[in-house]
Amino acid sequence: MTNSISEIRNTDAMFVIGSNTTENHPIIGAVMKQAKKRGAKLIVADPRRIELAEYADVFLQLKPGTNIALLNGLMNVIIENGLQNDEYIKNRTENYEELKEIVKDYTPEKVAEICGVKAEDIVNAAIIYAQADKAGIYYTMGVTQHSTGTNAVMSISNLALLCGNVGVESAGVNPLRGQNNVQGACDMGGLPGDLPGYQKVFKPEVIQKFEDAWGAKLSGKVGATIGEMFEGIEKDEIKFLYIMGENPVVSDPDTNHVKKVLSHADFVVVQDIFMNETAEFADVILPAAAFAEKDGTFSNTERRVQRVRKAVNPPGDAKADWEILMNIMNRMGYDKNYANPSEIMDEIASLTPSYGGINYDRLENESIQWPCLDENHPGTKYLHEKAIARGRGLFMPVDYVVSAEMPSEEYPLIMTTGRILYHYHTRTMTGREDGLNQLAPESFVEINPATANRLSILDGERVRLVSRRGEVETTARITEIIDDGVVFMPFHFAEGSANYLTNTVKDEIAKIPELKVAAVRVEKI
Amino acid sequence: MQVTINGKNYDVEKNTTILKACKDAGIEIPTLCHDDRLSPSGACRLCLVEVEGWKNLHTSCTAICKDNMVIQTHSDKVIKGRQEVLDLLISNHPLECLTCEKSGACKLQDYCYEYGITEGTYRWEMKKPYFDSSNPFYNFDSRKCILCGLCVRVCDELQGTSAIGFENRGFETNVATPFNEGLINSTCVSCGNCVSVCPVGALEPKSKEKFRYWETRDVRTTCSYCGVGCQMDLVVKGNKVVDVKPAFDALNEGLLCVKGKFSYNFLSHPDRLKRPMVKKDGVFVETSWEEAYNLIVNKMKSVKEYYGSEAFAGLTSARCTNEENYLFQKMFRAVLGTNNVDHCARL
Repeated sequence: MTNSISEIRNTDAMFVIGSNTTENHPIIGAVMKQAKKRGAKLIVADPRRIELAEYADVFLQLKPGTNIALLNGLMNVIIENGLQNDEYIKNRTENYEELKEIVKDYTPEKVAEICGVKAEDIVNAAIIYAQADKAGIYYTMGVTQHSTGTNAVMSISNLALLCGNVGVESAGVNPLRGQNNVQGACDMGGLPGDLPGYQKVFKPEVIQKFEDAWGAKLSGKVGATIGEMFEGIEKDEIKFLYIMGENPVVSDPDTNHVKKVLSHADFVVVQDIFMNETAEFADVILPAAAFAEKDGTFSNTERRVQRVRKAVNPPGDAKADWEILMNIMNRMGYDKNYANPSEIMDEIASLTPSYGGINYDRLENESIQWPCLDENHPGTKYLHEKAIARGRGLFMPVDYVVSAEMPSEEYPLIMTTGRILYHYHTRTMTGREDGLNQLAPESFVEINPATANRLSILDGERVRLVSRRGEVETTARITEIIDDGVVFMPFHFAEGSANYLTNTVKDEIAKIPELKVAAVRVEKI
Repeated sequence: MQVTINGKNYDVEKNTTILKACKDAGIEIPTLCHDDRLSPSGACRLCLVEVEGWKNLHTSCTAICKDNMVIQTHSDKVIKGRQEVLDLLISNHPLECLTCEKSGACKLQDYCYEYGITEGTYRWEMKKPYFDSSNPFYNFDSRKCILCGLCVRVCDELQGTSAIGFENRGFETNVATPFNEGLINSTCVSCGNCVSVCPVGALEPKSKEKFRYWETRDVRTTCSYCGVGCQMDLVVKGNKVVDVKPAFDALNEGLLCVKGKFSYNFLSHPDRLKRPMVKKDGVFVETSWEEAYNLIVNKMKSVKEYYGSEAFAGLTSARCTNEENYLFQKMFRAVLGTNNVDHCARL
């Protein structure tokens, strides 16, 4: 997030797109509802009539995969009506003329047709967003998990810049991160092209710095993403796969393919707190401590670094992940020892400018939002305050392109996937909570009554979903929450898993799979 | 403007409640229905104070300071008034402290102790009992409810769910779901934020473990589910987490969701992995750390020798700590020599 969660309380308008906030980030959802009560306007764009839609001033129930068309449509209305922030555009951005040129064609009527929404709603949404003094955009995987995900994010940035909402309190471009420490895993260099703090592996001066600090020869070649790793395993180029705290058999697209790859790998190490679907393919399984059994830090969606504290001992011989990794590194002849995670954080701070002022003494009494450059730096509530980080905000206009897989005669429906309130990711933890299983016991598919009628499917009936990649059996839930022609499945459940059906086609830049759009058919059993 | 509290002068801002002025002056006023995050309600009547020139005692949570106001917070008249309020409350409250789960963390119990109330003196009809145990995570027991309304206001004003409200009037008043269809049939999302604010034992988690609050210690930590990063206190008895309380002085401001509040039992689930395991003839068998480490390290060395660094790939974890993610990528880069490190950021 460019801005902070607490700033939502004072915003004038919220534009929530591709985020079922009340279910997936419940506390942010609650804060949004508080802001709404206080008088802030709310625009919601989502293929499902989610809870926030009920509170929205404008709800745009768009077809999955049409975000960019909608965003361009909003910008078209804003520019046509002269509602853009000219002063901000002049002083803080560049490339505005090209944006104008591209969005010119996206008239509300044309966009309404593409997205399956009303033209007047597009106009109303654009006016609300543009007329608000401070307006924040909040989005999640509904924007990013598309073959055009990166372009959609750029489109969001274009919209925010157009109305002067970057570098302003209670506004901004705010991706809500899904996992407790997905922000931290990225910050720490858990990415093939980035060392900690997004320092690029292909820059010689970066490599030099880390070689000096670590006393080791480093590669300057950008590594493989998950998808590329799987391809490498299939081609016998990658032999050794180490998986820490992740369950790709359930979470990744095209389950059959993931299983095939894992069984083909020469040697697989899995380090986790439970036996899971992925660990079945391991050669060695290492028992890890859970969050309550170790010390450390997580970085949340608003870049806030907060302490994790050991409350209880891990079961049996299980060890904290950092201890396991250190032991293996030592046995591999790398002699660096850490007495505790605090010492690791000191090393992180010494090499990562944005974490430069973070240490456990400070974190004992406060939480700190990066960038925090040194020990006297208070941290950063919102980004780009004095100037956009790169100097000027660059408009990156993009055209709408259809999703990789569109409905056909054989696969006439669009399936989209997501999470529900009562489970977390692949259910390794929540699936072991009786109460949650009582509230959400099994996989299901949401089908609009009109779609269900055509297929003579009744509520609660077992059905089969088939895509080009696989098929699953699940339970039909007939509901108005979803549009005719679109179906929704949560991806949490290994039994009746949505990811047997999903498409592995990826966004070319971010390599994110198009989990939000797959063509399927629904069959009676 | 200025007010006098217990004989001392204080400067206060306009529109400050007497309760807030007292709190800022370091004077403690007992409250059962007050919460800084919510609109004042004046329901419990316990925060009574005496204001010079006013005929009756007033609830300090709803009364606004006026210039030159003279306030007494602990005069005999005030103490008697509060004792009377507590007497009325406890007269209609089952004295089940011996078995009540809330004992030790119950504000009514604490105030009765502070104000010397041993039992209720009003011996007439008791409230009609109503139990709702339909929610899988918590119970409601109307007999213990003091109608402070915190649960109703939190559900409405902060959580924005409005699953519960008041039904009936006067002595018959109850906290209930629409048409009394039970929590499981309401819009309740089991966030438990009502449970977290209940000052008595009316809303209680369905704990798997029997514990007393004086046997426990609180450990402040960060929730391990979504990316919001709510702060919470794990309530620990011995080596077991038995309850979770939201932190109030953090970004979540005293709120949690169903997962953060109630889904901690996986920690002590019997399925937890307890020993390293190796696959032998297709079956996992337990082994020692030493053997598991040797197997991994020998394999690492031979793969590096025969196939080179690019034959390694690692998936680090959005679930693990920063320090662990740092070490994971450091192991791959500095020890194995490859940038083939990724994780599920895209999922």
